[in-house]
Amino acid sequence: MDQSHIRNFCIIAHIDHGKSTLADRIIEMTGLLTEREMQAQVLDNMELERERGITIKSQAVRLIYQAKDGGEYVLNLIDTPGHVDFNYEVSRALAACDGAVLIVDAAQGIEAQTLANVYLAIDHDLEVLPVINKIDLPSADPDRVADEIENVIGIEAMDAPRISAKTGENVGEVLEQIITKLPAPAGDVDAPLSALIFDSLYDSYRGVIVFCRVRDGRLRAGDEVLMMATGAKFEVVEVGYFGAGQFIACEELAAGMVGYMTASIKNVRDTQVGDTITHAKEPVSEPLPGYKKVNPMVYCGLYPADGAKYPDLKDALEKLQLNDAALQYEPETSVALGFGFRCGFLGLLHLDVIQERLEREYQLDLVTTAPGVVYRVYKTDGSMLELTNPSNLPDPSEIEYMEEPVVDAEIMVTSDFIGAIMDLCQERRGRYVLMEYMEETRALLKYVLPLNEIIYDFFDALKSRSRGYASFDYELSGYERSELVKLDILINKEPVDALSFIVFKDTAYDRGRKMCEKLKKEIPRHLFEIPIQAAIGSKVIARETVKAVRKDVLAKCYGGDITRKKKLLEKQKEGKKRMRQVGNVDIPQEAFMSVLKLDES
Amino acid sequence: MELYIHIPFCMKKCDYCDFLSAPYDLDVRRAYTKALCREIAFFGKKLAGERIETIFIGGGTPSWLETELLDAVMQTVHASFAVEKEAEISMECNPGTVSAAAFASYRRWGLNRLSIGLQSANDDELALLGRIHNFDRFLRTYENARKAGIYNINIDIMTGLPGQTPQKLYFTLQQVIGLRPEHISAYALMIEKGTPFYERYKFDAVRQHAGMATEELPDDDTAYQLTKLTEQVLKEHGFLRYEISNFAKDGLVCRHNVGYWTRVPYLGVGLGAASLLGHTRYANERDMDSYLYQCSLLSEDGSGESPVWAGVDELSRKDEVAEYMYLGLRMTDGISRVGFEQTFGQSIDTYYKETMEQLRNEGMLSLDGGRVRLTEQGMDLSNRVLAEFLLD
Repeated sequence: MDQSHIRNFCIIAHIDHGKSTLADRIIEMTGLLTEREMQAQVLDNMELERERGITIKSQAVRLIYQAKDGGEYVLNLIDTPGHVDFNYEVSRALAACDGAVLIVDAAQGIEAQTLANVYLAIDHDLEVLPVINKIDLPSADPDRVADEIENVIGIEAMDAPRISAKTGENVGEVLEQIITKLPAPAGDVDAPLSALIFDSLYDSYRGVIVFCRVRDGRLRAGDEVLMMATGAKFEVVEVGYFGAGQFIACEELAAGMVGYMTASIKNVRDTQVGDTITHAKEPVSEPLPGYKKVNPMVYCGLYPADGAKYPDLKDALEKLQLNDAALQYEPETSVALGFGFRCGFLGLLHLDVIQERLEREYQLDLVTTAPGVVYRVYKTDGSMLELTNPSNLPDPSEIEYMEEPVVDAEIMVTSDFIGAIMDLCQERRGRYVLMEYMEETRALLKYVLPLNEIIYDFFDALKSRSRGYASFDYELSGYERSELVKLDILINKEPVDALSFIVFKDTAYDRGRKMCEKLKKEIPRHLFEIPIQAAIGSKVIARETVKAVRKDVLAKCYGGDITRKKKLLEKQKEGKKRMRQVGNVDIPQEAFMSVLKLDES
Repeated sequence: MELYIHIPFCMKKCDYCDFLSAPYDLDVRRAYTKALCREIAFFGKKLAGERIETIFIGGGTPSWLETELLDAVMQTVHASFAVEKEAEISMECNPGTVSAAAFASYRRWGLNRLSIGLQSANDDELALLGRIHNFDRFLRTYENARKAGIYNINIDIMTGLPGQTPQKLYFTLQQVIGLRPEHISAYALMIEKGTPFYERYKFDAVRQHAGMATEELPDDDTAYQLTKLTEQVLKEHGFLRYEISNFAKDGLVCRHNVGYWTRVPYLGVGLGAASLLGHTRYANERDMDSYLYQCSLLSEDGSGESPVWAGVDELSRKDEVAEYMYLGLRMTDGISRVGFEQTFGQSIDTYYKETMEQLRNEGMLSLDGGRVRLTEQGMDLSNRVLAEFLLD
């Protein structure tokens, strides 16, 4: 197919602005799917995504569109995640596109993630096509939003299609403008092969399925290809494109095309997302830009609830990493939890998603320790240690000083809540940078915030304090020196390594107190009293006590129905089994996550 | 063998009750009686030769069923089974559902033990529980039962009621003891899912369980005090605690219930009733329509194919060993080592040596005199202790 009849594009939007709905409409209107095949949201095909209403993994679909000019066009729609945790995934999806459809909610206008995504798209030299969605809402004000797009982002928006993805109104205009306003790919079919890997999937029959965008040259079955970053070589078994929910094999992928290849790739580490595929015999000299090793921002320990499942967890992490270059892990051991892994994530949502996938797709029962960021510990001997596990903090006498990661945060908020949000940022040790009014009633706040302060519950706090009117985006900006201490938790006088965490010195008391309160609720009562203490070094800064239990009786033994009684006893026994023993105290697995929810109460 | 007869009817469901019971219409009550008689006749044929040592008619409120319907059921029992002359024949009743004439009728088919659900002598507590009676009506029922010649009466009371103080409970205990019943059951209120009480007190129940301050239910400490008060007062008045929640004078224990705890075989008939026959536990259909349909397939004299059980649990040896322990240990006498060996042909140590020693070291179990018993603390924490006797 002629490259001029191909459009590779993605849809970018702030969460809830209607990205998946528009994708559905476009897929419907291009007629690749029958009504019956059409599920509510075709692109979000992972069970988890549907439940959360967010798109996590980028995917692609190839559509055929008969344009008004009479031509038949191939549209490759590459889906991108919207959440800030997944900026890297957005980035590599964008790298496979030539243009981006920007959706802005006709009522809400531009939000923090809209801006972040647009800047990313512009960074990738993508043409941006604005679309104003949700015009069916009573509060829709498309004129104001069009102004806002022009003023704030600086792109022309007067012709932007004003649509309702929900009702389908004007969606046809979006398709037309994709043809007329977004550029066709401009690769050289006869040049040596270069193709960017933007995603991949492990299939137990076919091995790794690599999703790629061909920039130059041609990729065919039988070709011997080289992965430029990893150096791995493979013989291509099959190439093809993405039908609706299926892979459709074809003869070749030529410059400008988006599709997949398989090559009996068994080793999951050989095909890294962002890498460039080229021919082994006639390689290009330079890989395509786009490959960057992503550094996790948040670390936590993941342990199998059943110690015997350690190899299964290892295997599952290995498989997940294939689809998720950002996931990192290495083995670690804990006195309380046994053998497990210290895992690195892009953010807390990413952690959550991985944890849930491990539990659902691999049927693993997990214990997760409190997430933390990567601290830099400068030692008196002049060396520097990147600390991902609080347990490894050197003795205070060996520490010269420590640094913690900070982010540049942008928060958009309606003027009523500016005060509340500024208070929140202040509480989270934020450093005010500036405030700009986007329009009369909305402002953009910029703060420098320690990453440590936003990984747990900042989103929730932001939402509740602004009644949902604030949006938020951030980018890691560097490291700053900080007064940090390690807070240890002692249960029945025994320190529990998996509960230790690093905290800003001035908030240590408060955190320690809340942690003790929380653990008091999580730890079941035993036959003896259990003191719970928070300590810095040998100094105890907070204490709670779990009272001894004195009564636990099921009185009624009725009509000879023994089964019910037995079930209750079984539940009791099972509950005990699922707990971790530290000293002579049984700690439920949830307790290890409790630090996460400190601000809920 | 023991016989349990379930009558799943009540005038009004109490707010805390999660038993299989509801206020069905008269035509259902009639149809049920007919079905029940067929089921009894069927098992009478099938288990011919079995002698019935105890009968327990439970509910629901069996006394709310029309006297002539209950008569029909009991006539069928006598016609189908050999009921021992000295059999204990017990029935549950609720104050206000039974007349003096009814008692006379019950006596004719052999009723010799009555269990009256009083729950509290405080009318405000009775109203809170959604009971249909007040204390005064209970007194009349009690008097009628005595007049009819029933010399073995149990009174049910409850501890841990919302707003219950030691003073209020003490009043109930005094009133009950003053009536000189032979037996008292004192149950702690359980907040069960699916009841109005669950909706009302679910958060309080969690708080209570966690040892936190409560709003309406007594907090954990008070609930504990209430049960201790009950045990102490009943002991002072000559009631021997023979099971976790049961107290009797002069050895007048409920033989039927002791049978459950010592794994005597029993047949349960009626909606949702459970049976232990041989090495199998059975459960009847719990859905009224299905139950009626199943029994309609039997002929009136009880011939026909066996009804389909809703639950059949074939017990392994380990299941039986565990049951022997967690049921037997509910009784203050516990179990004897010799009894265990006679039943299973193996020493109890084969299964529980470590468990028992650990529990003894924790102060939960006494292992003296060839018997295994819960200590008083073990009784207080019986769920935890008994769970340790489950075998994997």
